[in-house]
Amino acid sequence: MNTLLTTIPLSTISIGAIGQIVSLNVQGLLRRRILDLGMVPGTPVQCIRKSPAGDPIAYLVRDTLIALRNEDASQISVTLL
Amino acid sequence: MTQLNIEEHHRILREHFGITTTPGQFTVALAGNPNVGKSTVFNALTGLHQHTGNWPGKTVDNAQGSFTYRDRSFLMVDLPGTYSILAHTIEEQVARDFICFGKPDVTLVVLDATCLERNLNLALQIMEITPKIIVCVNLMDEAIKKNITVHIATLQKELGVPVVPTAARNGEGLGDLRQVLYEMSLGLALTNPRQIIYSLEVETAIQELVPKISRFIGHTLNPRWVALRLLDGDQAFIASIIHYLDLENTLQELAV
Repeated sequence: MNTLLTTIPLSTISIGAIGQIVSLNVQGLLRRRILDLGMVPGTPVQCIRKSPAGDPIAYLVRDTLIALRNEDASQISVTLL
Repeated sequence: MTQLNIEEHHRILREHFGITTTPGQFTVALAGNPNVGKSTVFNALTGLHQHTGNWPGKTVDNAQGSFTYRDRSFLMVDLPGTYSILAHTIEEQVARDFICFGKPDVTLVVLDATCLERNLNLALQIMEITPKIIVCVNLMDEAIKKNITVHIATLQKELGVPVVPTAARNGEGLGDLRQVLYEMSLGLALTNPRQIIYSLEVETAIQELVPKISRFIGHTLNPRWVALRLLDGDQAFIASIIHYLDLENTLQELAV
């Protein structure tokens, strides 16, 4: 039996979907920023809007709207809620 | 503080932070996230008695202003707006260095009543550095418009530090703010800032480090805060401690 959580990159969830953060594989200044905004494991994140080119993407985290590049959002693992 | 310590403190303020105080003048650091109305609070309290420049050696704005209350003079230093004091940017470094090494008499943290959760991050971090902190919950008028109620008394009890609600652009709450600034500067307001308790592993490590840290830096900095920064591997902060506390000579002597 697979006891590990099935996680997907945050960048792949569709508009309106909510993912719960499992892990963050971002570093440096961006890591500090998203941690400061409360994007920590266990926090729900909702995909709000995607730019025409698909990059960046707007997410709602704890009442804050944040824009993340596709490349960065793909480093954040979530489970769909 | 002994006379020598006071002179040393003023020297640090002048040389490292470009701040000169008049005799008996209290210094107040003004911190907060961007867009919380920090400038509004600053302007409301200091009026035209302000001037802007740069922090010495840095391309970050520095605004200082003064006001008088009950025959005491206050110099308010407007720190750059930051989400965090765990410095990764020059703005955060300036804010952190001033609070840690500039040792203001009071640090006033301004929060936005309409997004408290996000704003509390900075307040809690500053509470880990110093107990001489006042929390100002600004934009109370905006909160009313958005049907958000903030329970000030409960927040104050939870945080263990004074919490003053304001709507600075309407001039509301500023009288209370001056009064609390006055009381805390004179040491009349005792605070008990809520401490963040970490995991057992981290707390054990902190307990081991604190006595060793105190031996080096005495009471110049909160040893628990220093321990946390060491555990974090914050190289820049370690360099700052050595720089500001002039430990280069001490370390060289130890090496010999």
